[in-house]
Amino acid sequence: MSIIRLEQVSRTVSLPDGAPLTILDGVDLEVFEGDRVSIVGRSGSGKSTLLNMLGLIDSPTTGEVLFEGLPARSFSSAGRDRLRGRRIGFVFQQFNLLARRTALENVATPLLYDSGVAFWRRRAIATRMLENVGLGDRLGSTPERLSGGEQQRVAIARALVRRPRLILADEPTGALDLETGGTVMELLERVANETDAALVTITHDPNIAARASRHYRLDAGRISDRVPAGRY
Amino acid sequence: MGFFGGLATGVVGAFSEAWAEVRVHRGRVLLSLIGVGVAVCALTAVVAAGSVAEQALRETSERSGGRAATMGINAFTDDGSILPAEDIRTAFRTAVDRYDIGYASEHGYGEQQVRLPGGRQSVPTETVDIPFGQMHRVPLLEGEWFTTSDERRLAPALVVNERLWESIGSPDLRSHPTLTLSATNEVTAVVVGVTPSPSFDLAPSMFMLASQARALQSPEQQALYGTPQFEVWVPADIAEPLGARLSADIRGQLGDGVQVDAFRNDYGEQNAESLRQVQLIIGGIALLVLLLGALGLVNIALVTVRTRIREIGVRRTFGATAGRVFLAVMLESVVATVAAGVVGVMLAVLLIRNPITTEFLAQGITDVPPFPMSAAVVGLIAATAVGALAGLIPALVAVRVKVIDAIRY
Repeated sequence: MSIIRLEQVSRTVSLPDGAPLTILDGVDLEVFEGDRVSIVGRSGSGKSTLLNMLGLIDSPTTGEVLFEGLPARSFSSAGRDRLRGRRIGFVFQQFNLLARRTALENVATPLLYDSGVAFWRRRAIATRMLENVGLGDRLGSTPERLSGGEQQRVAIARALVRRPRLILADEPTGALDLETGGTVMELLERVANETDAALVTITHDPNIAARASRHYRLDAGRISDRVPAGRY
Repeated sequence: MGFFGGLATGVVGAFSEAWAEVRVHRGRVLLSLIGVGVAVCALTAVVAAGSVAEQALRETSERSGGRAATMGINAFTDDGSILPAEDIRTAFRTAVDRYDIGYASEHGYGEQQVRLPGGRQSVPTETVDIPFGQMHRVPLLEGEWFTTSDERRLAPALVVNERLWESIGSPDLRSHPTLTLSATNEVTAVVVGVTPSPSFDLAPSMFMLASQARALQSPEQQALYGTPQFEVWVPADIAEPLGARLSADIRGQLGDGVQVDAFRNDYGEQNAESLRQVQLIIGGIALLVLLLGALGLVNIALVTVRTRIREIGVRRTFGATAGRVFLAVMLESVVATVAAGVVGVMLAVLLIRNPITTEFLAQGITDVPPFPMSAAVVGLIAATAVGALAGLIPALVAVRVKVIDAIRY
């Protein structure tokens, strides 16, 4: 089942001198339930903009983004925000944990925007999630007291605590050493498998990209279809 | 989860976020709130002090001049000759009955020779009618004010002040303590009530019913203290026209060559007005201090929001809507200033309710009023309003943060 589909998506911005700059150019991409997709590309190739499109953060200049079959532009701004909170989880390169908040508070934060039982039981749910990523003994630690790998595990727990259908990972191992990066990816995949979430990873690292089942390359805003594994 | 469930989690969630933010940045918040707390304290203290002083003024005024609107009625002749008190009394009673005025009393001064443990003593005596107690809101420490049954007593009834009561050993009034008055004959009078004495009231004094006092006084004594004043307590809105009618009526009864004046006795109203002006000035200054505190708060909040752009962006990726971000940033400011307001109000209570201030503000009154709730409410409303104002600009800045830029910030 399709979670998100990009149809001929282009994104153009104006430069200070008024000249247009095309960041994405006619991108077609579809992500299905349980999918493992990797997107590689050089700096400035449009990877982050593509991620923002997939995350319903940015809107295309032309083309259509369909989320669960519905055009994203049919949602109000607040509706898109709420949908993003419920269905999409983000993992960032720089972890982006909230400073001076404990690991538990960080993981519980997305549940503040839930309106169901999860809101009232957010601490218990966040505790379980942290135990699931092996940080049950670091609940009260603030980011300053955690290693890079541990911080990314907290970020993964936070991204998955609302059980999203789509996980968007932007260079998830970019700030970690090779070994820690591998461990973090294994964890991310395991937790995604448990919730049957689709995982889209944007990375420079061919080893990380190779872990996905479908591979794409982004070059000057154009996406090339299904790069065979090993050819990046 | 219905609409109300969503609303509840939204509001509770926004408060939780705001409180967490205040807690995490408590050092900064505390520093920025000192000004607000002090200003709220000043504002609350001014309002409270004004209310206590006004109450004190009103009580004192009510006791001497009567409650609003008490009118005094005086009669005098054109040629300066003395009018017989009985004539004025009869004319006054007739007019009061005609206009169906329920609260009317005469109010005279005199003295009685009273036999006390230290010897015979001349005690200042106010001669009144039964309604006087209500008209002047006379407080009682023990016993009761005069009633109609006291008028029928063979022995005169007395309401004595605390000093006089103490001088006879503060007896239990249920034992019907008596005092011996030395008039033309010796008369035994019964003490039925005791009024509290303020700290400045050092000498014994008492109230007597006018009819009973007249029976004890010789015509010479009555002439010595002159004609008593007559008072009516009427609704404030009809006081002026009714006063004119009463004076015309009494003048008509007393005949040519007599002038009758009806005038407002309750001067406390005017004094309360001037006190209110002082309160307004000091309150205005406190409000200015509060606004200055708010400006400082806006400044710090703006800087803080700019340092939190990435965090706001991250929260938006978790599903925080623009409205929710606005509410959370706004509430941070409100939660903080309300906390400062609570502290400010508590300080104001300490300031106003401590014995030194109380003694200064409530001079002469026996029942110091409690800390006025209105002052605390004014303080808290001011704190909330300042928080909302100070939070508005940073909240608008936070809403305008673009998620994409914020994450890369």
